[in-house]
Amino acid sequence: MSGSKGVWVFSEKYDLALEILGKAKELADGLQTELVAVLIGSNMQEKASELIRYGADRIYLIDNAELGRFQAEAYLGVLHNLALNYKPEIMLIGSTKNGKPLAARLATRLNVGCVPDCAKLDIDDRKRLIGERITYGGNATARVTFRMKPLIVTVPARAFEKPEPKDRNGQLIRLNVKIEEPKTEVIATKPLETSNVRIEEAEIIISCGRGLGKKEDKTLLDEVAMVLCGQVGCSRPLAEDRKWFSEWVGLSGHKVRPKLYIACGISGVIQHVAGIRDSKVIVAINKDEQAPIFEVADYGIVGNLYEILPALKEALKRQLQ
Amino acid sequence: MKRIIVCLKQAVDVSQLKVDPSTRNLLIASAPKKISDFDKNALEEAIRIKEKLGDTEICTVTVSADEAKTVLREALAMGADKAYIVNDANLKDIDTSGTACVLTEAIKKIGDYNLILCGETSLDSFSGLVAPRLAESLNIPQMTSVSKISVEGDAVIAERTLEDAVETVKAKMPTLVSVTREINQPRIPSLMMIMKASKKEIVTWSVADLNIQRERLDAKIDVIEVLAPKTERKRVRITGENAAEIADKLAKALIQEGIVGR
Repeated sequence: MSGSKGVWVFSEKYDLALEILGKAKELADGLQTELVAVLIGSNMQEKASELIRYGADRIYLIDNAELGRFQAEAYLGVLHNLALNYKPEIMLIGSTKNGKPLAARLATRLNVGCVPDCAKLDIDDRKRLIGERITYGGNATARVTFRMKPLIVTVPARAFEKPEPKDRNGQLIRLNVKIEEPKTEVIATKPLETSNVRIEEAEIIISCGRGLGKKEDKTLLDEVAMVLCGQVGCSRPLAEDRKWFSEWVGLSGHKVRPKLYIACGISGVIQHVAGIRDSKVIVAINKDEQAPIFEVADYGIVGNLYEILPALKEALKRQLQ
Repeated sequence: MKRIIVCLKQAVDVSQLKVDPSTRNLLIASAPKKISDFDKNALEEAIRIKEKLGDTEICTVTVSADEAKTVLREALAMGADKAYIVNDANLKDIDTSGTACVLTEAIKKIGDYNLILCGETSLDSFSGLVAPRLAESLNIPQMTSVSKISVEGDAVIAERTLEDAVETVKAKMPTLVSVTREINQPRIPSLMMIMKASKKEIVTWSVADLNIQRERLDAKIDVIEVLAPKTERKRVRITGENAAEIADKLAKALIQEGIVGR
């Protein structure tokens, strides 16, 4: 697309859109172009003003009672039309379970590339956008750039900090669009039972893996977590194979970056390690001294978690007094 | 149900991938390959649907610059009826757009189908883009991140696991479904099944057989580099006479790091 300009942000998860805006502003400034937020939904006037405070120079607002909740084809149709009419240079789309397929289909319609899950984005000295993403199951980071515009990127949650809102001016453009017919019908939605605090936000996480003999023994971790004001997580086998817990830490589960991550009875397969790599300090407790988790740990203890954890609880209580 | 198509990627077995520590390059050429885990779940689901409904042909489609014969044999042993592979040296540097394009043309050439099953993402590149790109270019409904499927009449009902909810969706066939690893536990083929599979057909096509113009396969992104991350960990072993002593030392270290307590 010739004459493409502007960095665009869209996520059907409003909070994620705010997070992306901070990074998008930096990219737009680097390219000396405008920052645009696309807002789709119902009764969005207030949010539109807020997006301007969070850095958007212009808002394309598609406010329609029928678009109150995410519909794949309708949202895709809106973004596709906007992209054809206003020719963005870069489109940053929130990498959610709905957002990523949306980005992939948009890229297909526009016949352009798409780079998913970029947790790092920069403009290089040749004014190219460089995205970084984890690949090969966590074994590597790929640095990627684009051959054609618009550059479509998906951005995961919590990759970038939400910017500070400021009083500033922006342009609000309301648009009416024809709504594309849905191809699927949502027949039920059941909220997932999730813990009140999101594990991605925890500063201290203590996780268990296959070394945990039975579900009830999680109390050993709960007790240490209580002393540390931390949260308890687990590795994929406990959630998926044994179905003891609903969510896990790892590349396909939650990617975390706490100040302290304590891995108990977790062998440390690459996918798990990829999910904890950005932790400040990693502690590993494992019976098997050959376990790969020790390679990526700051502190390693070869031992039985059933002995170490109760002792750790006591030691921390004593020393933290 | 007449035909289910399962898209199978031959992926690098990331758990056996080695890194050259001096350059941080991945030793991809020497790493073993296997059916991408998520795709195996998709195949397993296809077989279960066939077991339930009967009279269904399961075809797998693979796009690869290598022969990938062992991968296809494994799929046939698990229960696929026929394996198609688009095998061409021109496919070496394609990206998700090229893969989806080849899959699209291959599926059109296979003929009518009711359901396409894919893994939600691939074990190695982990992009999760091919399934939605394929649905888009075939102009059929897509249901992604699916952890449960049922076929009812001419429709598929699927449970999608989203960030904060489980959504039940319905689409008329033909439709595409991408599955998560929670959906099932793929079977391990018996010796008998492996022997039976050797009689099943593998169809090999080239890009030319599919009448795909070369430029449609041009990569739309450029990979500048792929490097293993630097690991700068202290790797301190904490030892002691007993658990209490070890725990004491660890607690002290954590407090000194300034990450616990005040």
